[in-house]
Amino acid sequence: MGEAIVITSGKGGVGKTTTTANLGTALALQEKKVCLVDTDIGLRNLDVVMGLENRIIYDLVDVVEERCKTHQALVKDKRFNDLLYLLPAAQTTDKSAVHPEQMKKLIDELKQDYDYILIDCPAGIEQGYKNAVAGADRAIVVTTPEKSSVRDADRVIGLLEKEEGMAPPKLIVNRIRHHMVKDGDMLDVDEVAAHLSIELIGIVADDDEVIKSSHNGEPVAHNPNNRASIAYRNIARRILGESVPLQQLDPVKETFFTKFKRFIGIGR
Amino acid sequence: MKQSQNVVIKGTKDGLTLQLNDKCAYNELIEELTEKLDGVVQDQEDTLITVTVQTGNRYVTEEEKEELRQLIRKHRHLVVEEIKSNVLTMEEAVQWKEENEIVSYAGRIRSGQVLEVPGDLLLIGDVNPGGSVLAGGSIFVMGSLKGMAHAGCYGNDSAVIAAGKMMPSQLRISDHLTRSPDRYDEEELTESECAFINEAQQLVIDRLQVLKYLRPDLSTFKGGF
Repeated sequence: MGEAIVITSGKGGVGKTTTTANLGTALALQEKKVCLVDTDIGLRNLDVVMGLENRIIYDLVDVVEERCKTHQALVKDKRFNDLLYLLPAAQTTDKSAVHPEQMKKLIDELKQDYDYILIDCPAGIEQGYKNAVAGADRAIVVTTPEKSSVRDADRVIGLLEKEEGMAPPKLIVNRIRHHMVKDGDMLDVDEVAAHLSIELIGIVADDDEVIKSSHNGEPVAHNPNNRASIAYRNIARRILGESVPLQQLDPVKETFFTKFKRFIGIGR
Repeated sequence: MKQSQNVVIKGTKDGLTLQLNDKCAYNELIEELTEKLDGVVQDQEDTLITVTVQTGNRYVTEEEKEELRQLIRKHRHLVVEEIKSNVLTMEEAVQWKEENEIVSYAGRIRSGQVLEVPGDLLLIGDVNPGGSVLAGGSIFVMGSLKGMAHAGCYGNDSAVIAAGKMMPSQLRISDHLTRSPDRYDEEELTESECAFINEAQQLVIDRLQVLKYLRPDLSTFKGGF
């Protein structure tokens, strides 16, 4: 029996879809059987970020309306050997095509076959959000260190806390720009976490590579050397219950002088 | 004809007191009251006399109260100050209790959430920006108040708002309103503060300690130390 995790934020453009794609990839790299569900009906992009757009035959609405079997609509990620699947959203209709009860039934069905079901939630708190949350056992709230995004995250956390049978939501602070935080032009992670007062499950630095890899349809989590990729992999490990320390965001600059100091044994 | 009086008029230094029998029928009472008021010789033409009506253990509905008031006002230069009764309906009692009790809530009021209570509110937690707390009475926030707080929201000017960290987006007491400064310096907020309406009818924020003198009613503790 798997676990369903909804990835939500309230505000749009904070990186829900990217996070879903990368966490799914990172969990699959840990040999877990993962199914990604895109609930952003009418404005789907998870398939694009995953690079699976042109393999879609059936979608979420087809499954819910029983035009096909669930397994027929699942798109397999060829980069993994039978570990990562995507259930794409429909593009031709809108959020009202699906009801929360139908979603719950579908997610419960998927939980039989997969270790993790990651549900990509649309922006907003209307029908689409309600559908996404319906079947979830727990939630991850994504926010950027911006006031507007934190405000919306706060609203969503308030709604999630009212949801029955849902574990307390966890927080990902996404797209942190270290130099802006240092100059006080952006909230720092501690401020965000203190304000929202929920458990922090990961922080992800803003990295050009993330955008580049989304553009190419290959989640950044495949790249073992990128810092955002490492952040996503760490979050995946935390989801699995491991305790992994948070990433250090300010890379200590190795100048000749510090290298020299370390060489003679007085530096760090 | 009548064995005992249903209406007793007493003069006190504050005006007249009408004691109404609570055992007789209401019609009889009205009849006798009309009679009595007609019979009183009016000696002071211009001065208004205040009247306190005591209905004892009779429950008087709002319409009946209005009738009594009209009756007394019509007859003489009398003004009804108050109608006192020993009895309350269950509904009124519950309402009275709700308006006078302190409701406590432990938790955080997040953006978009609204917490409304009829009486006083004790919030053990914070109010985040975008969240609002409303109370018929006063509001006490143990944590930081960063959202909107509206005390005395049914029109009570003596209500106050107190918070451990007072950095609200907006404060309202009764129909008074104040907006926050555009920027707070968190380091400066080391002290609990309170907001109230001062004599000049302005909503002001001051140290918590001034409340003791401004709103002595807030202390309900009776007895010695």
